[in-house]
Amino acid sequence: MSLTDSIPNNVDLGSDKKLLRALEKWQPDFINWWMEMGPDGFQKDEIYLRTAISVDPKGWANYEYVKMPDYRWGIFLTPREGERDIGFGDHAGDKAWNEVPGELRSILRRIIVTQADTEPASVEQQRQLGKTAPSMYDLRNLFQVNVEEGRHLWAMVHLLHQYFGRDGREEAEALLQRRSGHPDTPRILQTFNEKTDDWMSFFMFTMFTDRDGKYQLAALSESGFDPLARATQFMLTEESFHLFTGETGVERIVQRAAELTKLDANGDARAQGGIDLGTIQKWINFWFSSAVELFGGEISSNAADYFATGLKGRFREREKYTEHKALEGAYSMVVPGEQGRLASRDVPLRNAMNEILRDEYVADCERACRKWNHAIKKTGLDVELYIPSRRFNRSMGIYAGQSFAPNGEPISKEHFESMRSKWLPTPEDREYVRSLMTAVHERGKIANWIAPPKQGVDGKPFDWEYVRFAQ
Amino acid sequence: MTISFDTHPSRYKHWKISFDGEIATLAMQVDPNGGLKEGYELKLNSYDLGVDIELADAIQRIRFEHPEAKCVVVTSGTDRVFCSGANIYMLGSSTHAWKVNFCKFTNETRLYLEDASKHSGIKFLCAVNGACAGGGYELALACDEILLVDDGSSAVSLPEVPLLAVLPGTGGLTRVVDKRKVRRDLADVFCTTSEGVRGKRAVEWGLVDAIAPRSRFADAVKERAASLAKKAGDAKKGPGIELDALAPEIDGGTYRYRFVTLAIDASARVATVTVKAPTGSIPEGGDAIQAAGASQWSLRAFRELDDALLRLRIDHLDVGMLVLRTEGDAAKVAATDRALHAAKDHWLANEILRLQARVLRRLDLTSRSIFALVEKGSAFGGSLLELALASDRIYMLADDDEEVAIAVSPANAGAMPMSHGLSRLESRFQREPERVQKVLATEGAITTEDANALGLVTVAPDEIDWDDDVRIAIEERASLSPDALTGMEASLRFAGPETMESKIFARLTAWQNWIFQRPNAVGPQGALTKYGQPDRAVFAWTRC
Repeated sequence: MSLTDSIPNNVDLGSDKKLLRALEKWQPDFINWWMEMGPDGFQKDEIYLRTAISVDPKGWANYEYVKMPDYRWGIFLTPREGERDIGFGDHAGDKAWNEVPGELRSILRRIIVTQADTEPASVEQQRQLGKTAPSMYDLRNLFQVNVEEGRHLWAMVHLLHQYFGRDGREEAEALLQRRSGHPDTPRILQTFNEKTDDWMSFFMFTMFTDRDGKYQLAALSESGFDPLARATQFMLTEESFHLFTGETGVERIVQRAAELTKLDANGDARAQGGIDLGTIQKWINFWFSSAVELFGGEISSNAADYFATGLKGRFREREKYTEHKALEGAYSMVVPGEQGRLASRDVPLRNAMNEILRDEYVADCERACRKWNHAIKKTGLDVELYIPSRRFNRSMGIYAGQSFAPNGEPISKEHFESMRSKWLPTPEDREYVRSLMTAVHERGKIANWIAPPKQGVDGKPFDWEYVRFAQ
Repeated sequence: MTISFDTHPSRYKHWKISFDGEIATLAMQVDPNGGLKEGYELKLNSYDLGVDIELADAIQRIRFEHPEAKCVVVTSGTDRVFCSGANIYMLGSSTHAWKVNFCKFTNETRLYLEDASKHSGIKFLCAVNGACAGGGYELALACDEILLVDDGSSAVSLPEVPLLAVLPGTGGLTRVVDKRKVRRDLADVFCTTSEGVRGKRAVEWGLVDAIAPRSRFADAVKERAASLAKKAGDAKKGPGIELDALAPEIDGGTYRYRFVTLAIDASARVATVTVKAPTGSIPEGGDAIQAAGASQWSLRAFRELDDALLRLRIDHLDVGMLVLRTEGDAAKVAATDRALHAAKDHWLANEILRLQARVLRRLDLTSRSIFALVEKGSAFGGSLLELALASDRIYMLADDDEEVAIAVSPANAGAMPMSHGLSRLESRFQREPERVQKVLATEGAITTEDANALGLVTVAPDEIDWDDDVRIAIEERASLSPDALTGMEASLRFAGPETMESKIFARLTAWQNWIFQRPNAVGPQGALTKYGQPDRAVFAWTRC
């Protein structure tokens, strides 16, 4: 582990001059991108950030005050545990690859570029949020998420530079040239072009969109291409903080919404200057349905290829499954049939890999939702939130072009349109939520629409100077 | 299953056609559930024969019905996808013959597009507004200019070799090096890179002409279309004519059009096409031709012949023998040709001549043994004589009364070249080129004796022998291996030089057909068979 190098790393970068030169050339472009597209207005402040200083389980979390542009972005791979075998697919049992097999070059590059593109995208999406943070604690967490996305970009860029030659370098440059939501050079996946301009959206994003990232990374963390497996394993250690931010963030809004509802004589949380549970549900509906698209088509030849080539497995492939070829057997899927009725269809297992991963994801979201409902219940309110059906509000895959209610029942397009404003955020809803977004940057204080966290960061209290403003 | 090639914009499922002064726009928006056959979805603007039938119809209609159009913008109505090429599931589930016929028709359609650019003053701009792969890029290659959206992810690609173990089936490889003159080493990289080439590099390599960012794209399309329209020249063209439906009467194996009859004898595996010569007065001069419109014989008869050939190709695969007959007055055909040629500066006369030329090329490229029968009452004059010259053999009845005759017209003098650029007479007389002029210098009826002396006749049986000789020749021919005949006839038909067009058909179809039979593409473990399946292709590594 070298932290004193120009690029902190545990890949012995110093002895690979060619790679070092390539990355040193990319580094200033990255810093330029960060200054241009990273958090707006806070680059000179000192943030109480966690930095990885070692890849062992205890040492990767080191807290100190850092100016974001000085953050030690670097390249950390989970250390190799001897020789590893490929765990699934047609090559199961072969030695894992330490170099890119030529025949898999383009498919592997596509996987890495698509994953990599999401990392800077979310930083860009969240660029303005610091200006309306509900507390100093949340402000710090936003920046923690942002710098870690930056490091995840580094992890993917390292793979592109080290293993994909000139093509890889060009792709690494292109990652700094695309811009979230830009009409000319948008990010590759549509969700990463959506606006995230209020803090409830930020929490929903880290809850739902980043959670997709967790499952994608987990599926890559057992890849037959060993450097990808090790890079994504280490990224997962950081990803959990993002998910924590989202899950507890939503929970705190939910809890506050329930409290304000109870507080108001008419049960109107908005009258108390807060966000009501109905509005929260709409945000859940929007962000969940947007995030489930990220898993890709329900029946997918790409997914089958990724599995067959041993590049992308199922969630906890080694632990949860005994049969790793997945050539036999089928996955039963609910598909839209004649006249809008739903029917069951068997899909070859490998072609259903996206859906199998989505199952894990949906179950995880439902678990979080149960926690939120528990928080509501504790206030004595008898209301429940829900995770909508995966069929609801889809524009890709087998459910696209048809209308479904949040409970998954097929409905007419007219019915959907008549309910749209009840199920999904309206411009007025967004306007209202944005109107609540005023910055609370004093230590120990918090905005009215959200509850304080149960505890602070790194054993510190909520009332702590997480950000030292430069003035 | 019967496929109809007769369609109309009001029935298009996959294309939107619109007009704005001299700019026409053809926007591809494929209906995923609108495939010709069951069992595949046309996702991501991928196409099958049905999509191409509409494209061919659209191009033809623009030429005849909208002569004011000087530039056609070919684009996609689907966001972020221009066209992902021929549908792989369709290819994977198709018979060999279907794949070949499909490729042939798409090739012809793209060549017709280039023909319109060359001969009708209609320039084509391909506005590639998203991912453009395989056949999608081949469509772009057929256009005069390619403008690619520069959004950091949209690329042009020919991924057939790396992805499917086949070749780009619509002349892609040939056009990349012959038409766009891309350097061969760069072309080699391009054609083995499944993800393709985007942005600036695509321009540098010559794969596209220009790029424009998303926000500027619509304006750039407008500007380039306007400048292409200017290039198309300012020839004044009259009001368009409507192409009416061909609507043949179909009765068992017989298709009856106004001037053409296609009769299928399935048990003998013989098809007979009979074309009737025009009767009545001949429209002389541009105005008269314009007034005759779609019912002008040269146009109507050749459209009918075209339709009959397509139906024969697609719907009657086992019928390997095509007998060509004509009825009526050969002199009248020649006179109709002469009137048309005299008015060839008139836009419609020109379009009709171009259409006749295209249909004749379709005949040259039809993989059937073709015999022409010149008998009493037949009308092999001029443009119909080209039918005989396109045939593999010409049987002409020797009769003492000199009633059987053929005639030449300007149609035989190079106005209707074959794919390789020669007239059928030039191609016929490679050994004795002086005979071309001799034939063209004849005036009026050429009797069997003279025709024989000029080298226009293969066999000239007399009345006593005719029936038996012809019957036996046809039966014998129908008994030979269709595969061997297809190869033999295609080799013999195109003597002489090559053009990009003839290369596309000769080289590409030969190689592609071969690859379509090989286990690496279509065997049980082949790439086309396994595309989209859970398990992957396995290749035999022998090169031969």
